[in-house]
This record gives sequence, structure tokens and C-alpha cells, in this order.
Amino acid sequence: MNSLILRTSSKLVLPVALVFSIYVLLRGHNEPGGGFIGGLIAAAGITVHALPRGRDAMMKTLRLTPKAMIGVGLLLALAAGIPALMGGEPYLTHLWPFPAAGLGTALIFDVGVYLTVIGSVLTFLSFYLES
Amino acid sequence: MSLLFLVFGALAYAPLAAWLGGRSSAVVAVGPLVLFGAFLTFVPVVADGGHILETWNWIPSLGVTAAFRVDGLSLTFALLITGIGACIFLYASAYLSGAERLPRFYATLALFMASMIGAVLADDLVLLVVFWELTSLTSFLLIGYRPENPATRRSAQQGFLITVTGGLAMLAGVIVLGTAAGTTSISGIASQGGAIANHPSAPAIIILIACGAFAKSAQAPLHSWLANAMVAPTPVSAYLHSATMVKLGVYLLARLNPTFGEHAVWVGLLMTFGAITMVTGAALALRETDLKKILAYSTIASLGTLVLLIGTPGQLAAVAAMTFLIVHALYKACLFMVAGIIDHEAGTRDASFLRGLRRTMPLTSAVGLVGALSMAGLPPLFGFIGKELVYEAAFADPLAWLTVALLVPTNAVMVVVAGLAGWRAFAGEPVAAASTAHDPGPAMLAGPALLALLGATFGLLPSLVGSSLILPAAAAVSGLPVTYKLALWHGFTPMLVASLVTLAAGAIIYRSWDQIRARLAGTSFFEDKGPDRAYDHLMAGLQSLAVWQTGLIQNGSLRSYAGRVFLVIAAGASATLLLRQGLQIPSFQGVLGAEIILAALLCISAIAVTAARNIFSGIVSAGIVGFAVALVFLFQGAPDLAFTQFSVEALAIVIFLGIIGRMPFRERDYRTRPERLRDGAIALALGLTATLVMLAVISQPFNDRLSAFFRDASVPHAHGRNIVNVIIVDFRALDTLGEIAVLGLAALAAAAVLAGLRKPVEEKSP
Repeated sequence: MNSLILRTSSKLVLPVALVFSIYVLLRGHNEPGGGFIGGLIAAAGITVHALPRGRDAMMKTLRLTPKAMIGVGLLLALAAGIPALMGGEPYLTHLWPFPAAGLGTALIFDVGVYLTVIGSVLTFLSFYLES
Repeated sequence: MSLLFLVFGALAYAPLAAWLGGRSSAVVAVGPLVLFGAFLTFVPVVADGGHILETWNWIPSLGVTAAFRVDGLSLTFALLITGIGACIFLYASAYLSGAERLPRFYATLALFMASMIGAVLADDLVLLVVFWELTSLTSFLLIGYRPENPATRRSAQQGFLITVTGGLAMLAGVIVLGTAAGTTSISGIASQGGAIANHPSAPAIIILIACGAFAKSAQAPLHSWLANAMVAPTPVSAYLHSATMVKLGVYLLARLNPTFGEHAVWVGLLMTFGAITMVTGAALALRETDLKKILAYSTIASLGTLVLLIGTPGQLAAVAAMTFLIVHALYKACLFMVAGIIDHEAGTRDASFLRGLRRTMPLTSAVGLVGALSMAGLPPLFGFIGKELVYEAAFADPLAWLTVALLVPTNAVMVVVAGLAGWRAFAGEPVAAASTAHDPGPAMLAGPALLALLGATFGLLPSLVGSSLILPAAAAVSGLPVTYKLALWHGFTPMLVASLVTLAAGAIIYRSWDQIRARLAGTSFFEDKGPDRAYDHLMAGLQSLAVWQTGLIQNGSLRSYAGRVFLVIAAGASATLLLRQGLQIPSFQGVLGAEIILAALLCISAIAVTAARNIFSGIVSAGIVGFAVALVFLFQGAPDLAFTQFSVEALAIVIFLGIIGRMPFRERDYRTRPERLRDGAIALALGLTATLVMLAVISQPFNDRLSAFFRDASVPHAHGRNIVNVIIVDFRALDTLGEIAVLGLAALAAAAVLAGLRKPVEEKSP
């Protein structure tokens, strides 16, 4: 998979895919998109980048192991429900301190989904990449 | 005292027994002794014809209770289990002193005792089955005490398989019986009298339950496991296989006798198999030279007698059965322990060889002699009363001539076995092995001595157990109050004549045992054609069946696994759809428009997948199918779904191609034409089924209650206009949390599996 075309084009694909994925993640609450799709897009971008370069290069780019990414994602999703508990409401009832700006615990939850999806895909992928 | 407490106390005794027994302390016998004392306190109630019933809630939704009941029958068994149990525990503490794995052994023995107690006290069929299977399990562990010996493993497995298979049949019978009677309560069933015997499924119930009872009580042709189980340590043999466990089948038959006792199938089955077992056991006992095996075969004969007696209608047979039950338990446990002592001291149990132990082991020989006299049925011992009663019941039967004709030779063999086990080894001139033998310590001798003494006491004073235990037990077996007076001397009766004939025949056989045994041992019929060989053939057949079907089903090819799974789904779903008349075609009016192009694209790419010759083109074609489906979603107003589908497809293609680039299966993975045709057929079947299911689904009127709720609630409650995302992160956030947890765990699990596969590769290349 170490083709020159893929190597060169993926340099461009990665930043575009990441920016696009974050855009999709953020708009998700009102328009098509969200954490799951965003995560898949980001994972696809990273995969394209990593295929010609190998596992070590991917780990270097990420600065966070895929497994740790799963953990962070799950923790964020879990934590998103806690403020509601402290306010005496059922777990995972989302709070909206700034509804006009679209900011609330739901976004934290969606970011958790985003990271878990990326982490899961890359965990699996990392075993098939050349080291 | 609460019966529940007694059962659970017995169960809870296991760890304590493990601790005490592991130190080979004689105190280990205290547990069973305390239980014995507790059960003795019920004797006055039972002697007055009363019973105690205790009911605890267990599975109320099924009407199953944890009910325990003490009446004559269960009390007799409970006293035998705990009383003989105490002797066995004491005996084992000396016999097995210093052996390996003792804590485990005593824990299992205590659990076995507790499950026996639970089984005989249970007043609910389901509860009985649970304890019944526990006895199978614990006895498997006890027989397999020395698993390093292959014969031990085989015997343990054989006993387990036979009793558990029978137990499964019994479970089926119990379920049918519970349905027929409308209750699983044993006393509830008994209170309906013989009414259930008129139920159309009565023959099935009888046969199924008899299978379980016969397997447990080693009735021919299922008897071979009991003799093979003699590989177990002697305390185990003495306890499980002569005094208690094998009688559990007898117990169940006795328990159900009031319900089915009049039924022709019941009488026929019990009397036939009882008689066959009796004669088989007696015949096989004569061929053996190992004392334990001789005793084991005589146990089989006794169990046959007991089943025959329960099958025999009438109160007298019930009294005879219960008397003989106690008689047999007392002398058999005693003689087994004596055989164990002989083995322990002289180093062999070979009856054809051992002589003259009387001089060096006077106490043991006295105990053995008393036990043997009871077994031979000589006055004034309890065995005499038992045997007279058995003959009396037989003479009362319409088929008396046949029964007596079978009983006399069987009992004659009992006389021979008694002579071999309690006399022959002790009498005569001592052989070399006998000179070093000596009487064991009190811990080993106390149990058998006590049991022999009881055999003598009950013979002289039968009233001690007569009205207090035997009559209440017989009443429970026959279902009616029983009046009978046990006595040592009946006067000159036909029974006495039969007894005298038996003794004379026994004496004659005993004198020429060496010749008879040699002749019987010379015939290899039982080795070649007997049920033990049949068992081996059956197990070998099972093995080859397993090998054959493993090769057929688990051939290691992922492709054939997937193909079979898809075929099963297609066949199952389409069969259900057709049988339930679910086929429906919706009206297509105004639906087909520009999407027809997409449908054509889908069909073409699907055909391309099935026609693909190699895996690369297959993956790309499958990707086109996915994109086309995503387009369908997009045009049908589900942009989120389409979006996700696009991303997944893109990612899947990239990853697949990336992985396959590294995989070694490029060359040989071309499919041949027949293979592609086969895969195409499977795909067609699955696709057709899915289409029919989809058509049936969309033919149903659409209920938009949920869509309307989410449409109206998403902005005010969740501040979001994208309903799908609002559902995912807000309304059903907990579901999503579960899903991403599964996703993460699946990735970690796959990583663990792949890491395991990687290791050997990495080790090879440093």
C-alpha cells in the first residue's frame, strides 16, 4: 500500500477530513451529522493517511493511542450525564446553559461518541498496518 | 427443628467436613451424628402415623415450592443416610488417613449426604430432581476420587452418564406428571390417590420415571456401572453404592407407588425388571473373586428384589420391602467395611485366596460373621425376619410360583455371598498374607460393629423398628395405614420351608463355589455381549459420530460458515413467512419514479458481487451496493442515515483493501464457476427472503405516533432540529452509551485476538 499517489494525496486528505469531521460533529444537532458520522469521517481520513505510512507513523501523528481514545471517549460520554444527576434529575438528562449557542452537555456526549468511534476503528486497523 | 435448616445445615457441613477430614480427625463423624439425632426426634410423630410438612416459597410463578416432608418413608431413608453416614465418616477418617486430596473428598462426601437428605425430604418433584441430580454429580466426583487411574475415570463417567441420562428421562416424566396432576407437590399428587393412573399419559409417565429410577438403582440392563464403581475407595462404595444412593431409585418408586401401584404398566415393569435384575445380579456375583465386586453384584440382586417387592401389589409386599431395605442397608454397609478392613490389613480382597484371618483379626471376624449371618437370613438376626417377609409377600402374589422360583436361587446366592464375605476369609489355615494382618483401631471397627449389633438387636426385638419406622414407611408406600406385627418366629409355615430350602441350596453352592466360579468365569458371554461392552460400543459410536459431524460442520472455512448461516436465515425466515401466511404485496402506486434507476444500479452491482472472480472486485462491487443503498436513503429523506452509510462504506472499502494488500490469500482465493453459482444461489435465496419480509413490513399501515412525538419534542426539549441526532444524544442517550461501549469493547476484543495471532510471527523475526 505504499504507493506514491496515495502517499501524496493523503497528505491533503488528512487535514481536510479532520476539519470536515469536526464541522459535521458540531452541526449534528441541527443538521445531518453528529458524533458517529464525524468519527467515521475522521477515521477514514486517518486510515488513508496511515495506510501508506505504517503504524508507527500513525501513532506519532495521533499522540494518543487508539485504545486510550476509546477510554477518553467513553469517559466523556459517561461524564456528560453526571451534571444532571447532581441537579437531581435522571442520569443523562442533558443540560443547556447556553441554548442559543447550541452549547450543552449533549455536545460533550457527542464528542465522546466521536472519539470512541475513531478509537475503535483505529484500534482494529492498527493491527493490520505495517509497523 | 426446621427441615429446611436440617438440609441446609447438612450442605453447610461440607467446608467443616473438609477441614476436619483433611486432618483425618474422627470428629468428622459428628456432623452426620448430629443430623441423625435430629431426625430421631421425628420418630414419635411418625410412629403415631403423623407427618411434618414444611413449605417455603421458591418459584411461585411456576407453582414450585421448596417443600419438605417427613413421613415414615422419608424418615427411614434419612435415618439410614445419616446413621450409616456417621459410621462411614468415622471409618473413612481411619481408612483414608494420609491419602491425597482428603479435604475435597470429605467436602464431596458431605455434599453427597446433604443431597441425599434433600432428595428424600423433598415434597416437590422439581426440588427432588434438583437434589437427585446433585447426588449424581457428587457420586461422580466420589467414584472418580483417583482420576489418574483410567479405569476410575471410565467408571466415574459411566456411572454419571447412565444415571444422568436416566435422570433426564425422569425429568421429562416429572414434567408430564406435574402437568397431568396440576401440581408438582408430591403430597398433592399422593392425595389424588390412584386417579392420575387413569390419565391418558400415565403409561408415558410411568415409563419415563421408571427409566430414571432404574438407572439410579442399577436395574438390568443398566446395572454394570454399579459394579464398575467399585474402583472407588471402600468408604465410598460402602456408602453410595450399597446403603444410600442406589436406593434413591427405590425410594422414588416407593414414593409414587400409591399413585401408580394399581396400574398394569407399573406392576408389569417393576416386577419384570426387578426379577431380571435379581437373577442377573445373583448370577454375576458367583463369578467374581474380588470381595467388593461380589458384594456389589449381590447389591444389584437386592435392588432387584426391592423393585420387585414395590411392584408387587398389596400391603404385605410394602412391609416386606421396607423391612428388607433396612436389613440390607445394615448388613451391606457392615460387610463392605469389613471387606475394606481385610483389604487394608491383608493387602488383597481376593476371596479365592484369603484364609485364616480369624486368628490375627478376631474382632473383625466376629463383626463380619454377625453381618454375614444377617445377610444369609439366619435366625435370630434381622435378616431372617426380612427374608421370611419377602417369602410371605411372594406367596401372597398371584404369580407366587414364578416369584418364589426366582427368589429361592437368588437368596441361595445371598447365602453364598454371606459365606464368602463373612466367613471364608477368616476360617481355615492362615495364608502368608494373613500372618501380618491384625485388627484395626476402634475408628475403623466401630461402624461395622455397630451395624452388625443393630442387625442382631432388631432381630431379637423387631418391635424397636417395627411400629416406629417400618409400618409408617410401609403405609407411605402402599398409601393406606398398615397393620402388621413383626416377629422372629412365625411357626411352621411355607415361608420357613422356603427358607430351609434356600439355606440348603446356599450351603451346597458354597461348598463347590470354586468349581462353579471357575466354570462361570470361563464363559465369556458377559464380557463379549454384556451391557458393559454395549456401553463401550455406544461411547465409541458417539465418538465417531462427533468426529464425523465436526468434520462436516466445522471445516474451518469462513466462507462455508457464512454460507450456511445465510441459508439458515433464508430458510427459517421464509418458512415462517409462508407458514404464518405473512406474504403481502403493498400497492406500488405513485412510488416508482426516478428511483428505478437506483434499483437497477443496485441489481447490477449485486450481480457483480456474486459474479466477481476475485476478492478485490468483490469488495469494490459490494461497495457500490452500499453507496447505492445510501443514495436510496438520501432520496427517501434520511440524510443522516445516508451520511453514515457513505462514511461506513468508504471506510470499509479503504480498510478492506488495505488489509487485503497485506494478506497472503491473493492467489488461491479465486472462486471457481460452480462456487460462484452456489454463492449466487445462496445470495438469491437470502435476498428474496429479505425482499418478501420487507414487502410484508411496508404493507402494514404506518403508525407515526413516535415520529410525531420526536418531531414535536426535539426542539423544545433537546434544543436540536436534527431528530436523528437528538434521539441519539438525548432521548435515547443511555442506549447510545451502551452501543459505544459495545463498539469500544468489540475493538479491544478484536485487538486481543489479533495480538494473539501476531505473537508467533513477531517471535520468529527478531
